Amino acid sequence: MTVTESAPAAHVGSRRLRKEDPALLTGEAKFIDDLDLPGAVWVGVVRSTEAHARIVNIDGSAALAIDGVNEVLTGEDLAPLWGEGALPCAWPVTSDMKTPTHLPVARGTAKYVGDAVAVVLADSRYAAADGAAAVVVDYEPLDAVVEIADAVADGAPLVHPDLETNECYTWGLWGDNAAAVDAAFASADHVVTEQYLQQRLIPAPMEPRGCAAVPSPAGGELTLYSATQIPHILKVMTSVVLGIGENKLRVVAPSVGGGFGCKLNVYAEEILCCALAQQRGAPVRWTEGRAEAAVSTIQGRGQVQHIELAADAEGRLQAVRVKLLADMGAYLQLVTPGVPLLGGFLYHGCYHIPNYIFECKAVFTNRVPTDAYRGAGRPEATYAIERAMDSLAAAVGVAPEEIRSRNFIKAEDFPYESPPGLVFDSGDYHAVLDKAVSLANVAGRRAQAAQRRAAGSTKRIGVGFSSYVEMCGLAPSRVLASLAYGAGGWEAATVRISPTCKVQVVTGSTPHGQGHETCWSMIVADKLGVDPDDVEVLHSDTAVSPTGLDTYGSRSLSVGGTAVFMAADKVIDKARAIAAHQLEANEDDLEFSGGVFRVRGTPEAEVPLAGVAFAAFTAHDLPEGMEPNLEAHVTYDPPNFTFPNGTHIAVVEVDTETGNVELIDYVAVDDCGVQINPLIVEGQVHGGILQGAAQALYEDAVYNSDGQLVTANLADYLVPSAVEAPRYRLESHVSPSPTNPMGVKGVGEAGTIASAPAVMNAVVDALRDLGVNNVEMPASPQTVWKAISSAQGGAS
Amino acid sequence: MIPAAFDYKVAESAEHAISLLAEHGDEAKLLAGGHSLIPMMRFRLAAPGVLVDVGRLDDLRYIRRSNGTVAIGALTRHSDLEHSAELAQACPMLSSVAALVGDPAVRHRGTLGGTIAHADPASDLPAAVLALGATIVARGPGGSREIAATNFFTGYFESVLADDEMITEIRVPADDGGWNYQKFNRRAQDWAIVGVAVASGGTGVSLVNMGSTPMRASAVEAAVYSGASAAEAAAVAAEGLAPPTDLNADSDYRSHLARVLTRRALNAAGVS
Repeated sequence: MTVTESAPAAHVGSRRLRKEDPALLTGEAKFIDDLDLPGAVWVGVVRSTEAHARIVNIDGSAALAIDGVNEVLTGEDLAPLWGEGALPCAWPVTSDMKTPTHLPVARGTAKYVGDAVAVVLADSRYAAADGAAAVVVDYEPLDAVVEIADAVADGAPLVHPDLETNECYTWGLWGDNAAAVDAAFASADHVVTEQYLQQRLIPAPMEPRGCAAVPSPAGGELTLYSATQIPHILKVMTSVVLGIGENKLRVVAPSVGGGFGCKLNVYAEEILCCALAQQRGAPVRWTEGRAEAAVSTIQGRGQVQHIELAADAEGRLQAVRVKLLADMGAYLQLVTPGVPLLGGFLYHGCYHIPNYIFECKAVFTNRVPTDAYRGAGRPEATYAIERAMDSLAAAVGVAPEEIRSRNFIKAEDFPYESPPGLVFDSGDYHAVLDKAVSLANVAGRRAQAAQRRAAGSTKRIGVGFSSYVEMCGLAPSRVLASLAYGAGGWEAATVRISPTCKVQVVTGSTPHGQGHETCWSMIVADKLGVDPDDVEVLHSDTAVSPTGLDTYGSRSLSVGGTAVFMAADKVIDKARAIAAHQLEANEDDLEFSGGVFRVRGTPEAEVPLAGVAFAAFTAHDLPEGMEPNLEAHVTYDPPNFTFPNGTHIAVVEVDTETGNVELIDYVAVDDCGVQINPLIVEGQVHGGILQGAAQALYEDAVYNSDGQLVTANLADYLVPSAVEAPRYRLESHVSPSPTNPMGVKGVGEAGTIASAPAVMNAVVDALRDLGVNNVEMPASPQTVWKAISSAQGGAS
Repeated sequence: MIPAAFDYKVAESAEHAISLLAEHGDEAKLLAGGHSLIPMMRFRLAAPGVLVDVGRLDDLRYIRRSNGTVAIGALTRHSDLEHSAELAQACPMLSSVAALVGDPAVRHRGTLGGTIAHADPASDLPAAVLALGATIVARGPGGSREIAATNFFTGYFESVLADDEMITEIRVPADDGGWNYQKFNRRAQDWAIVGVAVASGGTGVSLVNMGSTPMRASAVEAAVYSGASAAEAAAVAAEGLAPPTDLNADSDYRSHLARVLTRRALNAAGVS
């Protein structure tokens, strides 16, 4: 047989088209609402129309008169289904954190617009919707806490009177450093004090949520189908909340149309459907509507950020002091309290800073709970430090790139221990910045901007920078323990080789748009010397993949992908022992490449992996004591986070007459470590940049003073389309992470983390000579125009 | 996002549609492109008992030029207007405004008659036909009548159209004067926050989303007619108006935008 020599990385690094796409593009993929469940009971949820109100009476008679509506159940009626069980929060960040009891359907009092107050059971989705609309709820309105500042105001109404406070917790980092920080501020040449508002965002994945619980009549088993990012965690939590044995519960995530963190949760409807399905012995299902999603699914961000920088005369940072007020909403969902902490370690950005102090006070408001949303804490942190760095640059009188360059952690300082005690793995921030400056032609843009200013043009050019570092690859389990997170951060993988040498990968990482199947196939194909199309990847079903911790926090590749990589290695080790037996050679004398074991120095002595696989299957002649078959399982717990980084440069044109902002150029240089598939990396960066730019320019979950969400549809909540996307110009810098064997870091959140401050810095850069030093997000035309008018002393 | 239950009737002809309207009274709504009506039904802001689908009346889908007038069938799609070479020549403003409505999906379904009958003050095409001095032909049980566009719109989503009338044709004078349409919005697919249509070299000017109806900017037209500069004429664009306040713009900002956009539109239409 002839052996073709193949490079060690035949597939990794190539722009391979995604194997997921044909099913998605042809409509063959099945999403939650595509499930055909004859005889299913449809749930319609009656949601509070009041931000805070006592539920006086619920009248279901009109609903029950509708054909196909069978029952109307209140929180009181349903209470026996969950007893003392409540929706779980898995992140008690402090020992004295206040945790309100969060029932799937409220009893007595509704705490936010969207809070479930009753459910309708019906024969169809249509009847369920008609029924839910026909239930009449009599409310006695109570004073509501709407804005974050209202929560801590004197005499503020209480969201949860039984907790006697609106404060959920106060969490600090490096509090014993306070004196040193104060001293640094006292002796600083430049002090920058800024306050920023992180508006609430609606995640709005293409597919809203939905779930279906299907009981098995004979054995008492229950299968929960859900549009979730976390089937494994959902299984454990559902089991705990409802007291269903884990051995009786299976959770399946069908094709899932995006999540951005909002499907990293355990929701009322999931618990409700499971409990009712168990009670009724029939499938029970619910599909979320788009407008419903705006008030029933978690929202992102929601912080008031206070950041201060102390610097010497040259702008070298001496200290950073940060105080946050973080909006939890009315209840704590799965990881609500932990989100600000994920940013808490990173408010010093990419900069070497001797002194750092961070404090977050979390508060309850009468709004839908917040939780993880793409970037989760890190976009907020990056926003604050990167906006403040531009203010510092202005104060010192140097360019934004110069202030960054003066303060960057140097390439030779990696691994770098950060002030709060993280160890940054690798990077060259200066090289990345230089590449971005050159790609964006910053000098040329500035000349153009100066020309326009000189000519009195109403079309101002602004150039905005954002250099970021994020902690990804959640996470080392021991670190999570120190943060009081309720789970570990490992990931599991199994690699099996079939008798005919096809490969099955089972991953605990749960894709919902990322391209796991393609990337895991490429990794394994290179390892084993097989074609990626000969690799199948199984996931998202706890019966098939019983062990896993799912997908969030840019962890899939660096944790889950590493587990796959290591499981492939483990299979090769076993195959090597069999090959050595077949070739009557010493294992140490074998080399494996291109799918063939060879005895070094004896070219004709070789056996392909296929031969080994078949031998392992027949088990006719295996080494003494060896188990048949080729299969290996690995659970990988990362020793550290990974730290992707980069510099993004946004160029905007601001129309000073109308306030309109147009993104005319966007350059991103990202270091996400080694790239498995650059096509997928670029897709993540493109989408991420637009999602961050959306926070900067378009998206805002606006509540009126009564606590009504007034942007509950996609006409008023402005998710940008492809037309609004900038021209992306991407380059990368690769500094392999030493934390894992592939040198990968993760890229799912990078774009979103970087882009909002880049865009906002560009807007301010365009207007700074007009006296504008800050513009709040989103920089809508009206907001920008008013900022200009008020800086010019005019009426706004 | 699920509409209340409704009956659905397919109209075989305009006469049939009108008889169905007469039969069902104010319970009935005409369905053409559906891109305004159906979202309102899904939000349950509208709950008609009967939908009369006129979308298949292809004999009302035409663009015909004769002498100085372009006659456009009410069921003509926005995309037909956008891509009609004849219209681009006879009345380029209308063709160009059609290309800015919503997104391609909306433009392939939405109809000129439908958007005029819907009478949304934030829509583009009603303001365009106003500026052009169009005539709207409506047919009811007693026959057809012609309504000047300037007399058509009476209030927020309201017009002089009776419950049992449907628009069959829109007649637009051919216009070779300077023209321009300024549409200001945040996303390409959105309604205008403010829009300004200028036709006939500046003597036809109308405003989008500056009140409860699409409206002629008479003060601007008069100023242009009397020889004022674009800047002078634009300065009175919001005079006497009480534009709405919403999430995108308060009343003052809308007035400011109307002035800026009117000046730009007049300039682009050749008024210096």
